[in-house]
Amino acid sequence: MAKARVHVTLKRGVLDPQGKAVQNALARLGFTGVDSVRQGKYLEIELAEREPEAARAAAAEMCRQLLANTVIEDFTIDVGD
Amino acid sequence: MKAAVIVFPGSNCDRDVAVALEQVTGSPATMVWHAETDLDGFDLIVVPGGFSYGDYLRCGAMAAHSPIMRALVARAEAGTLVLGICNGFQILAEAGLLPGALMRNADLHFICKDVTLRVETQASPFTRDYRPRQVIRLPIAHNEGNYFADGHVLERLIAEDRVAFRYCSATGDIDDAANPNGSMRNIAGILNERRNVLGLMPHPERMADAALGGTDGRAIFTGILAALT
Repeated sequence: MAKARVHVTLKRGVLDPQGKAVQNALARLGFTGVDSVRQGKYLEIELAEREPEAARAAAAEMCRQLLANTVIEDFTIDVGD
Repeated sequence: MKAAVIVFPGSNCDRDVAVALEQVTGSPATMVWHAETDLDGFDLIVVPGGFSYGDYLRCGAMAAHSPIMRALVARAEAGTLVLGICNGFQILAEAGLLPGALMRNADLHFICKDVTLRVETQASPFTRDYRPRQVIRLPIAHNEGNYFADGHVLERLIAEDRVAFRYCSATGDIDDAANPNGSMRNIAGILNERRNVLGLMPHPERMADAALGGTDGRAIFTGILAALT
């Protein structure tokens, strides 16, 4: 069994008003030096597939078809146990 | 005219649009549950507003893969008229029938209010009954109506006269002050290349009867009827 850890984030250049609101809230709490916050989604997917590259390919296809909207979002995949 | 209204778990404007359709066409619409797989014989398919699948993952993302959507895409590609309102627009975009995406409103608020829109083209079954550049008033009620598309997609939409409605001032000016949600170029509704699919965030079905406060949405339904008869 392999576990795919998928991060889905807005593409660079796409405005992220939620990230901006979080950044402003951090500033209000006194955290200085926060240059930018980008908010995204994190999914853990347990796969029957054991072979890492096959698991990664399967997760990538899931991202393209459903997990990410590639018009506005990028995704990254880490495969481990 | 035979109209179908798709019903997903979480749709909540399905009955409103069925009432508006019946008032205009004189015949009742068929409510089609999302688990169905057949849409043969319909002249118009409406994807209504609501919160399909609770907006899980992204608005419209789950609904776009419902069983009925395979039939809907096939019918759209065969030329059947398809109207997506609010969540229906989000679903059509997620399904790839319309370009771009509907993102979180720029101010992060759910916006529920009447807006003024300018009709940008008469060249579609949905907008033929409006006057050129007519300014109309329709309600919006959404959290994710912020239209986004890549630059080359936007340029193509404009070059091909596929922007159907834009948010405008009461006098018809397109400016930032009249943009409720951050949509690129104030876009509120767009057509597909073949002009048989319209997606829009405002709710014409909520302004199709004087008793509801206005009738500016009615021309969409009369236009569809006229185009089909």
